[in-house]
Amino acid sequence: MRNRKRTGWHRIINGVNISAFFVVLFVGLPLYWLIASSFKTPQALGDSPPQYFPNPVTTANYHDAFVTYDFGVYFRNSLIVTLVATALVLIVGTMAGYALGRLPMRGKFTLMVTLLIISVFPAIAVVAPLYLLLRNLGWLNSYQGLILVYTAFNLPFAIWILRNYMLGIPKEMEETGRIDGAGPLRTIWTIILPMALPGVFTAGIFCFTACWTEFLFALTFNSENSYRTIPVGIAEFGTVFLVPYGTIFAASVVAVVPIGILVFIFRKFVISGLTSGAVKG
Amino acid sequence: MATVSMENVNKVYENGFHAVKDMNLNIGDGEFMVLVGPSGCGKTTALRMVAGLEDITSGILRIGGKEANNETPKERDIAMVFQNYALYPHMTVAENIGFALKLRHMPKDQLNAKVNEAAEILGLTDWLDRKPGQLSGGQRQRVAMGRAIVREPSVFLMDEPLSNLDAKLRVQMRAEVHRIQRRMGVSTIYVTHDQVEAMTMGDRVTVMRDGTLQQVDTPQNLYDNPDNVFVAAFIGSPAQNLYDAVVGEGARSIRLGSQTVELPDTVVLKRPALRAYAGKDVVVGMRPEHLHAASPEITGPKLVGNVELVEALGSELVVHFTIDAHRVIAEGALDKDEAAVMQSGEGVARVEAKTPVKPGDKMTFSVDIEDMQFFDTQTGLAIRG
Repeated sequence: MRNRKRTGWHRIINGVNISAFFVVLFVGLPLYWLIASSFKTPQALGDSPPQYFPNPVTTANYHDAFVTYDFGVYFRNSLIVTLVATALVLIVGTMAGYALGRLPMRGKFTLMVTLLIISVFPAIAVVAPLYLLLRNLGWLNSYQGLILVYTAFNLPFAIWILRNYMLGIPKEMEETGRIDGAGPLRTIWTIILPMALPGVFTAGIFCFTACWTEFLFALTFNSENSYRTIPVGIAEFGTVFLVPYGTIFAASVVAVVPIGILVFIFRKFVISGLTSGAVKG
Repeated sequence: MATVSMENVNKVYENGFHAVKDMNLNIGDGEFMVLVGPSGCGKTTALRMVAGLEDITSGILRIGGKEANNETPKERDIAMVFQNYALYPHMTVAENIGFALKLRHMPKDQLNAKVNEAAEILGLTDWLDRKPGQLSGGQRQRVAMGRAIVREPSVFLMDEPLSNLDAKLRVQMRAEVHRIQRRMGVSTIYVTHDQVEAMTMGDRVTVMRDGTLQQVDTPQNLYDNPDNVFVAAFIGSPAQNLYDAVVGEGARSIRLGSQTVELPDTVVLKRPALRAYAGKDVVVGMRPEHLHAASPEITGPKLVGNVELVEALGSELVVHFTIDAHRVIAEGALDKDEAAVMQSGEGVARVEAKTPVKPGDKMTFSVDIEDMQFFDTQTGLAIRG
């Protein structure tokens, strides 16, 4: 009887494991292919059957990306635009999320629905008007133009995430803060914000990734080489007659690294709820 | 330490709901006052008004003799324990307890000494470095208490602080909270819907219903001399047996369904007003312990019921019986579910453990007639004077 039960469980666990394996394969293989190819010579890239391990291993592609092409510039541009936009989104989003989640306010529902509609708006529809707007402002080929657009486009989603986190914090937390003698700002800073941190990190990672990989706006607004971001920069590698796959692979690998680091550092916060233990549960 | 007084305090919410109506209450220095009542009776709202978490619509609240209506919670010098504890999850136990002192810029060594002292009182010394998430329910409850006592406030406010604990721990913590309150001598307002908690902890108990104060008295007086049917039904466990009855001629007897229970002169002498009710309807109340197993032949006040169920508690038997009189259910005094399953004419008696009785029996009870309570059917008020 006991054995049988065990077998049943094993079967389920195996099932889950096998499907997880395929998912990992589906995502992991291309990533592996990318990394492996970035270390191959141009000749080895064209081999048939393909090489599973780069032989010989070369770092020439990385050298090319940074020296022949201006990948360093793109990387810096991306970093500036993404970090500033993410910071702005989190600052504004946290305050808006707090207001929408915790303060008595008229028209909350309408506001939230409007935000939702904005967040599903196709970017392509607003590219042209935004282009004209930024041109009039003289913000084409600038950091602030792209930062403004990225902030605006990522804010609705961030507000939704943060509002939901704020909603989940019991109102007694603020009340007990008031009784302990903390003012409103202090309450938000020392009590509410730490409890909402998982939401802040989640929103932050989503926003960072979205800005980091954004292509359409970056291509349209920042066409000058010195203001290009990574996605646009990589796309413009090469000439009509030559596509330097190895260099593109190498640049892409470098582009993936920040996101990987970010997720690795904050995975604990994103997965686990920090609010446990505040109230009985 | 301070007195708290409420004068004609009202709370009307924006949506028009009148949660607390003309509340007058004085809490003495160091007194343990319990606010009790069914859910939605306004007890928590009243407490939150004292805390400064709810605005007072009208009336005057005084803490320590000083009007406090417009003071912030901080200025009122109160400490509050919430039902869900509301501990700061990202702070350690020590930080949680010391947070209010830190906000007051108390020097570090002094703060630590206070936190340690509070932790010692509550047996939390070994847990000071833990976060609330690593504690059991009882420990969290004690941290919440620690946060309140470390500040040495003039008033403790507690909103159902024990209702998240399991039954056994609740009884233990009941004594603990009481002991701490005695030791510190701080005036306390304690809100609960549990009338057993109210009876065991309060110096005095305030019974509320629908935002209106019903009676303020010591637990024993509340039990023995309830002002109205609601209090009579709400206080006591098992609940008091309340029946519609008719007072006989000259108030010498009382008719309960088809049975007549004689009333000795002493009862009427104690309550001369009862004479005026001769021939009229009243509500009578009999506590379960005022019905005793008796032989069918006894003389004196007695009642015969059909036994439906017998619960053996070891020390006594709880006998559920029915008679053919109409059982009165004071609205709000019983849980909705409790009221729904209550049979018509059902009553409860607590009799001696060895009594030979089983379901289906016809059982005769002698009635402690002196302890019987009488209420006006229309107004629900006790008939005394």
